[in-house]
Amino acid sequence: MILFDHVTKLYPNQEHAALDEVSLEIEKGEFVFLVGPSGSGKSTFLRLILREERPTKGSVWVAGKELGTLSNWKIPYFRRQIGTVFQDFRLLPNKTVAENVAFALEVIGKPKAHINKVVPEVLEVVGLEGKENRRPDELSGGEQQRVAIARAFVNRPMLLIADEPTGNLDPGTSVGIMQLLDRLNRLGTTVVMSTHDSNIVDQMRRRVIELDGGHVVRDQSRGVYGYAQ
Amino acid sequence: MRAQFVAREVSHGLRRNLTMTLAVMITVAVSLGLFGGALLLRAQVSTMKDFWYDKVEVSLFLCGNGSEAASCAGGAVTKAQRDQIQADLEKLKPLVQDIYYESQAEAYQHFQEQFKNSPIAANVRESALPESFRIKLSDPTKYEVVASAFAGRPGVEQVNDQRQILDKFFKLLGGLQAIALAIALTMLVVTVLLIVNTMRVAAFSRRRETSIMRLVGASNFYIQLPFLLEAAFAAGIGAILAIGALVLTKAVLVDAIVAPSFAFTSFVGWDAVFVIAPVLLLTGIVLAGLAAFFTLRKYLRV
Repeated sequence: MILFDHVTKLYPNQEHAALDEVSLEIEKGEFVFLVGPSGSGKSTFLRLILREERPTKGSVWVAGKELGTLSNWKIPYFRRQIGTVFQDFRLLPNKTVAENVAFALEVIGKPKAHINKVVPEVLEVVGLEGKENRRPDELSGGEQQRVAIARAFVNRPMLLIADEPTGNLDPGTSVGIMQLLDRLNRLGTTVVMSTHDSNIVDQMRRRVIELDGGHVVRDQSRGVYGYAQ
Repeated sequence: MRAQFVAREVSHGLRRNLTMTLAVMITVAVSLGLFGGALLLRAQVSTMKDFWYDKVEVSLFLCGNGSEAASCAGGAVTKAQRDQIQADLEKLKPLVQDIYYESQAEAYQHFQEQFKNSPIAANVRESALPESFRIKLSDPTKYEVVASAFAGRPGVEQVNDQRQILDKFFKLLGGLQAIALAIALTMLVVTVLLIVNTMRVAAFSRRRETSIMRLVGASNFYIQLPFLLEAAFAAGIGAILAIGALVLTKAVLVDAIVAPSFAFTSFVGWDAVFVIAPVLLLTGIVLAGLAAFFTLRKYLRV
């Protein structure tokens, strides 16, 4: 699903590479935690997958495509295969829950009949049935993140990128979000999630990739947040 | 492509940015109005040229008894000289289209008609008026050919091109037209800058939407289209206002006010307005579209 082949990313005017000769592979259907201190290269790693950045050296393959050779006009079509969730939810405040989710389909030109069918379905999957007509500011943080996940998942992507999705949530709510992501993973979606939340990583016992200073310092198939002593 | 979605975004954007939209409409209307005015003036000059050049003649005034020009040192023109001049004029065909000889008696008669109610008529004697050849050219701009052939020739007092008198007038109109064009051009630059700024504000105020659109894989075209349509719509309304002003100018200023007082000349017709109107509409929409497109390329990157 994702292949990093000796990827180095050097931002202009910066001495140290954000990623330095990173090579790794993530299989289809995996659930991967990306951990490491701030500035370790987690965000760069995710941005490279989304083709928001190009590597300085090496190549990134996602869903069978080498992103370096992907022409600009094809990028939007490539991104339709990927769902993205952020720490800050990124919802539109003047739209309802259903409208926020529908927006993602409208802007890629899906027909109205299709939208009317799949939006309620996905809202049920994320557990927001009955709240279709609420606005984001009438929802709790956990519910807002569920809307964001619904929007990311409504187009049934094969890959879900989650950048610290529980970063703004209390531990109890975070568990609910993780259960949801776990469910989407069991439906066949590959999930790559960056996080600082050690409890979650320890509980889930999934693959953990730890970055530090742009290097992969650990890659464990059933890891925990800190080093297992 | 979902037209309904795009239409909703456009109307939403226009309302959200109402003051800027109005500013764009007004500047487009003013600049295109001036531009249209300049084009109309040009059409007017060209209409008048067609009308007048058709009527103007080159006059070869022949020496009379009192002529002081150097070429008249030999006194009044002789019959031999006059016949030779006429023969040489005939040789210049087809540039010389018609030749008409006006004798002193005929000149006197025309003069009396022209100044019928004026005291001047009573004070002019027949011998004071020169006899002349009136020449009509097939191409009035080639006056020089005739002038160089006959000016200074014994028996010819003066070669006179009526077109030169008209040209002074046309130069004045041309100057006005140039001024109108210069102001229009300046205003168009202002308009473009305003549109660029409007698009920046619009892109900024909708950065949340556009960032989400990018995220979920909306194509650039889909992201930019509402902005482009907004700019084109505002400019289109402005252009329609400018066309309205142009029609009003033609109907009121030209047809109702100026034309009745200057019945001796012709004025620009509605056909000119029909040609200029689509030019204005197209100029407005294309200009706004291009300005918006290049601004958005910078602010809405993939």
